[in-house]
Amino acid sequence: MQEKNKKVVIELDNVKRDFIVGSEVVHALRGISFKIYEGEFVTIMGTSGSGKSTLLNQLGCLDTPTSGEYFLDGTPVRKMSKSQRAKLRNRKIGFVFQNYNLLSKTTAVENVELPLMYNAKYNAKQRREAAIAALEAVGLGNRLEHKSNQMSGGQMQRVAIARALVNNPAVILADEATGNLDTRTSFEMLVLFQRLHAEGRTIIFVTHNPEIAQYSSRNIMLRDGKIREDKENNNILSAAEALAALPKPQDD
Amino acid sequence: MNFINLLKVAFHAIANNKFRSFLSMLGIIIGVAAVIIMMAIGQGSKESVRKNISQMGTNVIMIRPGADMRGGVRQDPSAMQTLKQEDYESIVREKKFITYVSPEVSSSGQAIYGANNTLTSIYGEGLEYFDIKQWVVEDGECFTEEDIKKSSKVCVVGKTIVDELFPNVADLIGKTIRFKSIPFRIVGVLKSKGYNNWGMDQDNVIIAPYTTVMKRILAQTYFSSINCSAITEEMTDDAIEELTTILRNNHKLKDDADDDFTIRSQQEMMETMSSTMDTITIILVVAAAFSLLVAGIGIMNIMLVSVTERTKEIGLRMSVGARGIDISNQFLIESIMISITGGILGIIVGWLGTYICAAFNLPTSIPLWSILVSFAVCTVIGVGFGYFPAQKAASMDPIEAIRYE
Repeated sequence: MQEKNKKVVIELDNVKRDFIVGSEVVHALRGISFKIYEGEFVTIMGTSGSGKSTLLNQLGCLDTPTSGEYFLDGTPVRKMSKSQRAKLRNRKIGFVFQNYNLLSKTTAVENVELPLMYNAKYNAKQRREAAIAALEAVGLGNRLEHKSNQMSGGQMQRVAIARALVNNPAVILADEATGNLDTRTSFEMLVLFQRLHAEGRTIIFVTHNPEIAQYSSRNIMLRDGKIREDKENNNILSAAEALAALPKPQDD
Repeated sequence: MNFINLLKVAFHAIANNKFRSFLSMLGIIIGVAAVIIMMAIGQGSKESVRKNISQMGTNVIMIRPGADMRGGVRQDPSAMQTLKQEDYESIVREKKFITYVSPEVSSSGQAIYGANNTLTSIYGEGLEYFDIKQWVVEDGECFTEEDIKKSSKVCVVGKTIVDELFPNVADLIGKTIRFKSIPFRIVGVLKSKGYNNWGMDQDNVIIAPYTTVMKRILAQTYFSSINCSAITEEMTDDAIEELTTILRNNHKLKDDADDDFTIRSQQEMMETMSSTMDTITIILVVAAAFSLLVAGIGIMNIMLVSVTERTKEIGLRMSVGARGIDISNQFLIESIMISITGGILGIIVGWLGTYICAAFNLPTSIPLWSILVSFAVCTVIGVGFGYFPAQKAASMDPIEAIRYE
C-alpha cells in the first residue's frame, strides 16, 4: 500500500512501551510497527488511553521504547542519550502543540528563532532570515515584531507552525494542533497543513477528531496500544473548500 | 547554545520580571554596599591611626627603665633608676642605626603666669628631641646646647599653655612662667600638633633642657626614658638590637639575666594598632558578608520559583532541542547576571554610602581590593546559589514539563 520508491522517514519496528505505576506494569504501546514515507500527511487517531500520546512521545524522540526500535530518518533512537536525542529533535523534528507554547512577551520572530538558537551552525543573521522566511511561509510576514500576547489564537498557532518549519525538519509533529481553535480557524490551519503537505513536507497529526482524518493522506487508528486500522485516504478533502463553505462570520 | 545567546535569553528573562529581579538583587545590593562601607571605614580608621602614630615622630624607639617583670614582682618603671647619663652618652657614641637620641625626664604640675595657672607637664629633653618628635618651634627659638650644659631655666611652650596662661598677651617670648615655683623664661613657642588619637592634648606641654628638669625640679640623676630615632623604619629592628647590646654592656648584665630596661618602637605600636583595627574590620566585614549569604539564599529562592514557573518554557526549549546543559546554563547565567548586576549596583551604593559616612567625619578609604572581592563574591554567589535551581531545571522531563499547567 505504500509507495516503495519513496524515502522512509519514520520506521517503527515492534515498538513497545511499558510504564510502571506503583506495583503494576501498564502496557501503553503493545508492539507498534509502521513506516511513514517522505511527503505523507498522516493522522494518528485514538481515544484517550489508546496510547497516542505515548506514541507521539516516541515519534518526537522525547521518550525511548522499552523494546523494539524506532528509526528516525534512518537513525536508531532507542539507545540514544538524552543530549543526542535533544540534538536529533533539533535537526529532524518540528513540534506543533495544542496550546501553541510560545514564549511569553517575546516577538514572533524571536519565537520562531528558538530552535535555531540551539543549533551552532546558525549565526544571528542567518537565524533571523530563516525565521522571517518561515513566518512568511505561514502568512505572518506582516506580524514579525508582534509579541505573543498581542496575537489571536490562530496567529499564535501560525507562529508555532513557523517555528516547527524553521529548522527544515524531516517530519512535523502536530499534537492536537487545532484543539484550542474555533471551527473557522481550525480549517485555516488545515489549509496551511495541506499546503505544506503539497509542498512535499512530511506531517504527522495526532488528534482525537475524526473529521481531520478526511483531510490527510493516511490514517492510523490506535486502540489499547495497538494499531487497529492503518489505511490510505484516497479521497482527500480540500480544507480550502470546506473553509469557503463555512458560513461567513457575523459582523456584530 | 552559545554564550551571547545565553546572555540575551538571561537578559530577556530578567527584563520580563523587572520588579522581582530587582527585589532579589536588593539583598546583594545591600550586602555588597555594607561590605564596601565597612571595609572603607575599617581601612580609613587604620590609615588615620597610622597617621596619628607617625605624627608622634619619626621611627621613634623608646627606652624605659625596668623590664616588664623582674623576680616576679612588677614595679613601677619610673621608680627604676637604671637609665643614666652614661647610657645616653654610650648610645650617642656607638650608634649606627640611630640618628637622634634624647634623654627624657618629666614631671607634671601647675604652671603659673600672673593670675593664670594651668595643669601641665614639663618635659626635660635633649635638643634632638625636636627632630625625633617632629616638633617645630614656631615663634622665637629653641633652647641651646649651652642651656643644657648650664641647666638654664629656659623653656619652649605648647599652644595650649599659650592660650591658658597668656590669653591677652601678644608677645610672650622672654616672659617668665613658674613651674613648681621654679621660674622658666620662655624662649620659643611650639607649632600646634592638636589632639592625638587617644584624645590627649599634645600641645599642653612645656619642654625644657633635661638637665634643668633633672636638677632643679626632680633632683634626680636618672632618666625616665631615652627616645631615639631609627634611620629608617626598616632599620628599627637593628636599632633595637644595637640599643640592647649597648645598654646590657653598660649595665654589666650577665648573659642569662633579663634586661633591666624595656625598648618599644613606634613601628611595634603601629603594628599593634593596625592589627587591632584589622580585627575590628574583619568582624564588621564578616557581619556584612553574612548579609551576602542571606542574599544568595534569596536568589536561590527566586530562581527556584522562576524554574517552577517556567516549567513549560523549559519543556518547550527541550522539545525544540535544548540539552540539559543548555537549560542549566541558561538559569545559571540568569542567576549570575542578577547577582553581578546587584553587585555592581551594590558597589555604587557602597561608594555613595562611603561618601555619606565621610561627610559625617568618619575616616574612610575604599580599598580597591574590596571592590574586586565583592565582585568575585557576587559571581560565586550567582554560581553557587544558582546551581541547584539550574540543575532542577535541567533534570526536568520534557514530556511532563511541556504539559505542565
